[in-house]
Order: sequence, then C-alpha cells, then structure tokens
Amino acid sequence: MLIEMLIDLTLACGVVLLSCLSLSAQRVFTAIVLYVSLGLLTTMIWARLNAWDVAIAEAAIGAGLTGALLLVAWRRLCDETAAQPEA
Amino acid sequence: MFTKLEFRKREANRRELPPFAVYALGFVVIVLSVALMFSVVVSGKAAPKLAGLAAEKLEASGVENPVTAVLLNFRSYDTLLEIAVLLIVAIAVLPARSSNAAGVAHFCSADKQDVLNPVLAALLRWLVPLAILVGGYLLWTGAYSPGGAFQAGAVIAGAGVALSLAGRHEFLWHTTAARIVINLGLFVFIAVALSNALLTGTTLQYPVDYAGMLILVVEIAATVSIAAILLLLFTELKAMVDAPREGRQ
Repeated sequence: MLIEMLIDLTLACGVVLLSCLSLSAQRVFTAIVLYVSLGLLTTMIWARLNAWDVAIAEAAIGAGLTGALLLVAWRRLCDETAAQPEA
Repeated sequence: MFTKLEFRKREANRRELPPFAVYALGFVVIVLSVALMFSVVVSGKAAPKLAGLAAEKLEASGVENPVTAVLLNFRSYDTLLEIAVLLIVAIAVLPARSSNAAGVAHFCSADKQDVLNPVLAALLRWLVPLAILVGGYLLWTGAYSPGGAFQAGAVIAGAGVALSLAGRHEFLWHTTAARIVINLGLFVFIAVALSNALLTGTTLQYPVDYAGMLILVVEIAATVSIAAILLLLFTELKAMVDAPREGRQ
C-alpha cells in the first residue's frame, strides 16, 4: 500500500516536473527529449490506472511517432536558422 | 503546405504581450485548474453508468475487450469519423510533385546502389519484420485484451520510419498503391456501414452473429490506412528537410 502510494506520488510529481522542464527548456532539442520522456511517464501512469489500451496508444503514438515528427521538424528549424542567419 | 510556418524566437514572443497580461493569464489558468480539481473532489464518485452498460451488452458486440467493443461497435460512428479526419490530414500533406522515376512505380522502392552500413542493415532485417509482427499481434489481440487498430498502425508506421531513416528505401506516395492503402480504411468502413444499412436497416448496427468478423475486417483495413498515414506525415516532413539540403550541396 505504502509502496504503491510512493510510486504514484513519484509518477505524479515527475509528470509535473517534466512538463515544466520541457516548457522552459532553452534549447529545442532538450525540450523534445523531455517531451518524449514525459510521454513515457504518462504511459506508466495510464498503466498504473489499469488503462492498458490508452497506455499502449500513448507509448506508440504520443511518445514514439510524435517524438520522431518533432525531431524531423527540429532538423528543419536548424536548417532554416543555418541558411538565414539573423539580420 | 507547412512551408510558411515560422519559428518565432523567444524574445519576439515575449514582446507581444505586456508582462501584466502574462501574469493575469497565468493567474486565470491556475484558478481554473484548481477549480477543476476541486470540482472533481467535491462531486465524489460518479456512477459508472456507461461502463456498466457497455459491460452488460458486451456479449452482443462480438468482441471480449470492452474498449474495442465501444470503439468499433457501440460508438463506431466516432471511429468512422476519426478515420475520415486522418484521411483529410493525409490529403493535406500528400506531395504535389509528380513521379520523376518513370516506369518503376512501387509504393516502397529501394535504391540498390545505396549500400547500407552492415550493422544497420542487419538491425533493420530483424526490426522491421518484428515491428510488423507486433502490429499484427496488437491488432488480433484487440478483440480479447488491450490493443487495436490505432496502436497496431502506430507500431507498423514505426517500422516504416526506421526504414525511411536508414535512407535506402523511399516511399512513393504518388503511386496508385499508396493512394489505395491510404483510402482503404475509410472505404472498407463505409462499405461495411452501407451493407449493414441494406441488411439490417441501420448503419453500423452489426448483426450479432457476424459482429466479431466485421469488426476484424474493419480493424485490419483501418490499421493499414493508419500506418500509411502516420508514415506519410513523417516521410513528407523528412522530404521537406532533405530537399533544401541536397540543393545546397
């Protein structure tokens, strides 16, 4: 009981902490990595809530594919800033 | 379509709102969040009405997993519209360029001259079939336990992302095969709905005896389309990144 409570509290605090870190990250890449970690932590929370369907969807779409899309978009941002140096 | 999107710098963002407005907005958001949390605590335990209803009628749905039963039988209209929304997204990002490789028009074509790193090639040889197998398993197991079309589609799209990132394979979205794959999910869903309308008089109300089979057919088609559309999103974004790079070099 106590251990379960401890796990849940850690997960809840971790999600809030990760979302704050992800939003306030100075570099875009750091923000993306933190966002993907946030997705994985959310997956664990859904699993703790016994919502396995949502957990699988969150892991596959929320953390996996969204992460890949964000990373490709990040590469495009890098290209644009490299091509057009700030005036 | 997304070429006009610009990434604004933090400073530019900050300058648009006066500091007072930022703090006021933050305050409103915090008050609303606390009120929302408070309302959940105050309202107590909600009567599990819908969950009970779904569990009660589970036998008539043709599947044993309540989530799948709700998604593809009791509320299948929602799922139908979801797949339609995905298709609209796919149409929005479909490449406008026409085929430059005349003659060969396979959906997934490999550049034979491009030699992959042997370690990467060996990894892909295992990873891609494994991902497709896991996708198929998630699809099949969706009838009994957690899983389903969206999850399976996402895992299979992941296999495509790995292939695309390795750089040897290219997905040609202007081919007829690609168009068929993208449209298959919605097409089969609508076909099932219409044939149901003719047989039972109500769209999407499956006859109890065939419900399980119909759900499986719809889910297989939906999985194929979802995987293709998610992969399309990735490869098109990647193509936009690669195109200016090749032009500059």
